[in-house]
Amino acid sequence: MAGRIKIRAQKKGDVTEVKALMRHPMETGMRKDQAGDPIPAHFITEVAVLHGDQPVMQGHWGAAVSANPFLGVRFAGGEAGDTVRVVWTDNQGGTGEGETTIR
Amino acid sequence: MKKRNLGFTWFVAWLCAAQLAADDGVFDQYRDLMGDDNPAVFVIDEGEELWFAPQGPESATLEACDLGLGPGVTSGAYVRFPRYFADTDAVMDLESRLVHCMTTIQGRDLETVTAKPYSLRGDFGTEMEALVTWLAAESEGATIAPEQTHAAERAMYSLGEEIFFYRAGPHDFSCATCHEQSGMRIRLQALPDLTSHTGAAEAWGSWPAYRISQGLVRTMGWRLRDCFRQQRWPELQMGSEASIALQTYMAVNAAGGVMTAPGLKR
Repeated sequence: MAGRIKIRAQKKGDVTEVKALMRHPMETGMRKDQAGDPIPAHFITEVAVLHGDQPVMQGHWGAAVSANPFLGVRFAGGEAGDTVRVVWTDNQGGTGEGETTIR
Repeated sequence: MKKRNLGFTWFVAWLCAAQLAADDGVFDQYRDLMGDDNPAVFVIDEGEELWFAPQGPESATLEACDLGLGPGVTSGAYVRFPRYFADTDAVMDLESRLVHCMTTIQGRDLETVTAKPYSLRGDFGTEMEALVTWLAAESEGATIAPEQTHAAERAMYSLGEEIFFYRAGPHDFSCATCHEQSGMRIRLQALPDLTSHTGAAEAWGSWPAYRISQGLVRTMGWRLRDCFRQQRWPELQMGSEASIALQTYMAVNAAGGVMTAPGLKR
């Protein structure tokens, strides 16, 4: 279930607009479940947007980001048909990856 | 005691009467911005996979499940619920119909499949939530048209109407206390008038919905159960007569409206 990413990338003038929606619970580690036991922290720590093999954005995320996070990024360049990838790693070693082509 | 109840009722009346001015449609703007990026899209995919996944002792998929339009027909099925099924001789909502299919077709244990229909804190969605979300999406854009041909369906509507206006519990609440006027809100949430077609269509047509504050898709069954909790009423059981009756009341009032689910809520 976790790991999925929905991406759209659209060329707008000189820039490419990337919109990515990621499937992740983003648990802070501060919550308790119905039984009162702590829910282990589980959140994305690193996220990157790549244009081809070239990183155009890299970020460090933490527990403050919402569940199923939405990421919007604009970068200069990019041509229709180019590949855009979004990848993440979380604090439990999980990874997610999604790919699309620029429209 | 009576006096105290009256005081509380006045307080609620004041709360509900707060004008909409402070809202300014901010949430509608947010919905427009996020519209294409409703995280419910993941849950739709998961529901579809679960429908086609062999499960239970029979190792069967739900493809043989008859949602009223014939076995395996999912498109446009949700907008016809709640409806009467001859094989069970009962009016069922989608959730109870799914439970019926899981136990009869897949041979799964009734207690297991009904143990946790809705996510608790820390959960990331349940099978029921995913299936209902996908099936609602299979009816997206369709006209809400619940069956009211069988006598049992009409009786269910009457029962739903009765429960809707029935005041009970320590707060002397009925569903109508909050949902019988239009243009009112509680805190920042606009309260739909469920006795009117417009209000009912808007509400019935937008659930199941992704609740941003919970990071989960919630179904109408959950919404009703949570209303019961807020009224300090006994816990509403999924697939119970009370739940199906209230859903029938709402769906029939909403008839003619458009199914827009899965929605996006605060």
